[in-house]
Amino acid sequence: MTKTIQNDRTEIRLAGEGGQGMILAAIILAEAAAIYDGKNVTQTQVYGPEARGGASKAEVVISNGQIDHPEVINADVLVAMSQEACDKYAGNLKKGGLLIVDEEKVGRIPSNKAVKIPITQLAEARTGRTITANVVALGVLVGLTDVVSRMSIEKAVLARAPKGTEDMNRTALLAGFEAADMVKR
Amino acid sequence: MTVKLMQGNDAVGWGALAAGCRFYAGYPITPSTEVAEMLSRELPKVGGKFIQMEDEIASLAACIGASVGGLKSMTATSGPGFSLMQEHIGYAAMTEVPCVVVNVQRLGPSTGQPTSASQGDVMQARWGTHGDHPIIALCPTSVSQSFDLTVKAFNFSEKYRTPVILLLDEVIGHMREKFDMPDFDAIERVDRIATDVPPEWYKPYGDSLSDVPPMANFGDGYRYHITGLFHDPHGYPTQRLDEIDPWIKRVHRKIERNLHDIVLYEEDWDPTNKTVVVSYGASARSARHAVKLARQHRLKVGEITLLTIWPFAEEVIARMARTARRIIVPEMNLGQLALEVERVAGRSKVVRVNRANGEMVTPQEILDAIEGS
Repeated sequence: MTKTIQNDRTEIRLAGEGGQGMILAAIILAEAAAIYDGKNVTQTQVYGPEARGGASKAEVVISNGQIDHPEVINADVLVAMSQEACDKYAGNLKKGGLLIVDEEKVGRIPSNKAVKIPITQLAEARTGRTITANVVALGVLVGLTDVVSRMSIEKAVLARAPKGTEDMNRTALLAGFEAADMVKR
Repeated sequence: MTVKLMQGNDAVGWGALAAGCRFYAGYPITPSTEVAEMLSRELPKVGGKFIQMEDEIASLAACIGASVGGLKSMTATSGPGFSLMQEHIGYAAMTEVPCVVVNVQRLGPSTGQPTSASQGDVMQARWGTHGDHPIIALCPTSVSQSFDLTVKAFNFSEKYRTPVILLLDEVIGHMREKFDMPDFDAIERVDRIATDVPPEWYKPYGDSLSDVPPMANFGDGYRYHITGLFHDPHGYPTQRLDEIDPWIKRVHRKIERNLHDIVLYEEDWDPTNKTVVVSYGASARSARHAVKLARQHRLKVGEITLLTIWPFAEEVIARMARTARRIIVPEMNLGQLALEVERVAGRSKVVRVNRANGEMVTPQEILDAIEGS
């Protein structure tokens, strides 16, 4: 399923467990939109007191115009990296919105139109580290939606990558793009 | 590349630096910690001092001391710490020592919910410390406004020799938005009025033509007494009615006579708007969204966003209430600033839209209130 979002307000929600890097992924996406694509953006998050575990949700709203309410109202895109996240937020998707799930982590999917990709597995297979799953997820998300350009997300990922991890992160992002292209075909 | 993605809390730190803040004492607490993190990194680079104190009581005490020593000072906290700081907010008001207290509001009471948003400290910001005292409290609605209002907070505190509360909420504090860092040299900076009399003639609390007495910094050769007791023009304790009464009137007058300077707001309404939304902080973002939707539905609705919540913007609200029939006040509490709106609303009906569960008021909830005439 391909979906290019052209509304003036695009709402993206990334949800999973604390420690999966969903908030960092949202920050990177927001930086790609704000700094490299020159758009307006708000990035917010909800998380518990734990460093790992517990539910974590991060949101990005992108627009060419002024963004008033800074949080997602009805998501255009939901990336669910855990069953709990999918159960909790799938119902909030806009009609015709895009649901992307980590196939390995989300067994019960409420829609037959969801894009199922083994995101964490891909991260491990390509980079040897499951920790890059958030960057793979960004690759899938941008590859499918073009909410920001591929060049911008790559710049944003590399600007945030700790020294020495640039190649690993680029590999993860490209794995996400490839997975998205497979779905499109 | 000057454009950055920045959190509200970070923008507060940069605003403080731009305003000339050179001292921070604090005790980290969610959701305000990023202010401390940022200043612990950046203050030493400009020759400032950062100190982590043992608690919030000591934090504000250290800020007051540093300010008396001549440094612009700030602390940042959230609800539980703000409760502890009340004692010294009163002390700063009584001793007329400039300082900025940032409170990034989280859900309370008590420990509440550290990562959840709230606007529950509106009345505490006004009346949290005991006794009749003037206060200024500012509420930003965006990341860039967090920067701007931090600068304003410092300028007001110096200009009027008063503690200023910068009242963020978790949404604004943790939200990231595009931010274009202004040139610090182009920013208007206000410094306290220095005395020009020799030390032996100096009266720290008297003899001034203005309601704000000139302030000598400790260490500059001026030796004087500071106390939380009512004091005479020299700063020594007094029980004389003819010294207490003028003092309490003067410290209120210095704020009341300058409302035109202190009370900041944004307005977008006209007398044909029968419904007007009055909001502040993160709720103003939902309000603006709702007002735009309502106007798309051809409803004539206005809005006023209060950037200064204390002193309360009586003049503009009362003026608007003469023509509006309904005033909608969304807040992330069970109705605090709505009480002030009601006080000056005349015959207009005040409709509250409240949430005190850690989440933002939604644009739909405000739209429902606008439509439900």
